[in-house]
Amino acid sequence: MLVKAKLGFFQRFYLIEIVTGLYITMKNMLFGKTVTIQYPEERRNYSERFRGVHYIKATNGVENCTACMLCPTVCPAECIHIEAGERPDKEKYPIKFEIDVLRCCFCGMCEEACPKDAIKLSTIYEMSQMQREVYEKDFLLDQRGSK
Amino acid sequence: MTMDLFEVGVMAAKIMMLVLVLLHVAPVMAWVERRGSALMQNRLGPNRVGPLGLLYSLCDAIKFIWKEDKAPGHVEPFYYTIAPLVSIIPAFMTFAAVPFGSSIIVGDHTVVFQIANLDVGLLYVLSIASLGVYGIIMCGWSSNNKYALLGSLRSSSQMISYELSLGLSLIGAIMVFSSVKLGDIAAAQGQTLLSLGPLNIPKWGIFIQPVGFIIFITAIFAETNRLPFDLPEGESEIVAGYHLEYGSLKFALLMMAEYVNMFVGAAMITTIYFGGWQFLPGMGRLSVMLGSAFSLDGMAREWLRVLLEISSFGLKVGFFMWFFVWVRWTLPRFRYDQLMDLGWRVMLPLSLANIFVTGFLIYLGVI
Repeated sequence: MLVKAKLGFFQRFYLIEIVTGLYITMKNMLFGKTVTIQYPEERRNYSERFRGVHYIKATNGVENCTACMLCPTVCPAECIHIEAGERPDKEKYPIKFEIDVLRCCFCGMCEEACPKDAIKLSTIYEMSQMQREVYEKDFLLDQRGSK
Repeated sequence: MTMDLFEVGVMAAKIMMLVLVLLHVAPVMAWVERRGSALMQNRLGPNRVGPLGLLYSLCDAIKFIWKEDKAPGHVEPFYYTIAPLVSIIPAFMTFAAVPFGSSIIVGDHTVVFQIANLDVGLLYVLSIASLGVYGIIMCGWSSNNKYALLGSLRSSSQMISYELSLGLSLIGAIMVFSSVKLGDIAAAQGQTLLSLGPLNIPKWGIFIQPVGFIIFITAIFAETNRLPFDLPEGESEIVAGYHLEYGSLKFALLMMAEYVNMFVGAAMITTIYFGGWQFLPGMGRLSVMLGSAFSLDGMAREWLRVLLEISSFGLKVGFFMWFFVWVRWTLPRFRYDQLMDLGWRVMLPLSLANIFVTGFLIYLGVI
């Protein structure tokens, strides 16, 4: 149904409204503050809690992970694949730690579930790749961010 | 009429200059539109290629040239191919009658800065400009696509409705200037209408035909299919309108025709309502100042005057080109019934009333 809006006396002329509109656009053009972030030179400041590329935290060059399998259990996207192994100085450690990042939804549940503070999500958000990537253990052991 | 070598050379130079200007309208306006709209929306717009992003238009041109010139299988090939030409040729032709400067005497020749001062000037422009709609109708019909057809139908009905008030609004101006020669109309606007102390109000069309000007500029917006009247391309309703099936250089030609039509519209507004090549306020003083600063003699002074006249015309046309962009990013699109309502029930009676009031004032001897 067509509902006709009641217009005021000056609004009915329409020309005055057009001039008002033109004034507003010109005001924005001349005095408006541009909100564009010029990406490679300028970057948006994200919060410290931003969930970006994963990494496994290491202390003295040894990964904190004990392959307890809590993160693959809690992962809703089922993108973490761990194969556990044993080592003389440490009871259990991951032989393989892979994250299929295409499936990851960056919910951060793995980070919350981890009892050893091992798997972390950094603040890095530039993750474009030339091929479909599965993050291997070597890649994940790279300490990014400082969380 | 015989022409000697000098006149042929001058004519060729004038035609060359205008064609070059018209060819550059589309890329420059594409840039203005992108950056202008961005600034109005508090963005920066494309600014990476070239200084201020000026070379994006060049990239566009290269892209258009190298794209595959493919015609879909369901089109009518002959009309599909010639439709962009049919829409761009009238757009270029109209500019022949527009004066962009007065005249200068070189030796025993008078060089007029207008390609052809036709006796039917204004009528020629109106009739050739109306031919542009054939290109659009051909696009829509030959595309064999219902959205394209709807777009061209909308365009043709819109043009018919608004051409009435376009022509009628011009009748007021023709009555005042008693001529349809565009050169005469521009020259007649050099007289003074009112003298208020140091302030001289020139006899520009806008001061004697304000209502006619508003009707004319609105009708020009509808004729050139610009927002708020760009229903032929209403992308939210009919995808892209009449140029839906076009790509590569054919599409570029259609875009170019649109911008050249805008340019012709702006030139017509300038010539009839803003004094054509007459000096902008302050330019008369500027020419005297420059003349004495460089101590120019008679001939150089004349050339300076012509240069200032051409730049004055260019500035005015440039302002109206900018006005088209400005309005586009300010007003939303009209609904189709609103468009027809405005055309037939507001603009048509208003333009008729304008003619009667103008006639009455001329009878009283006011103008």
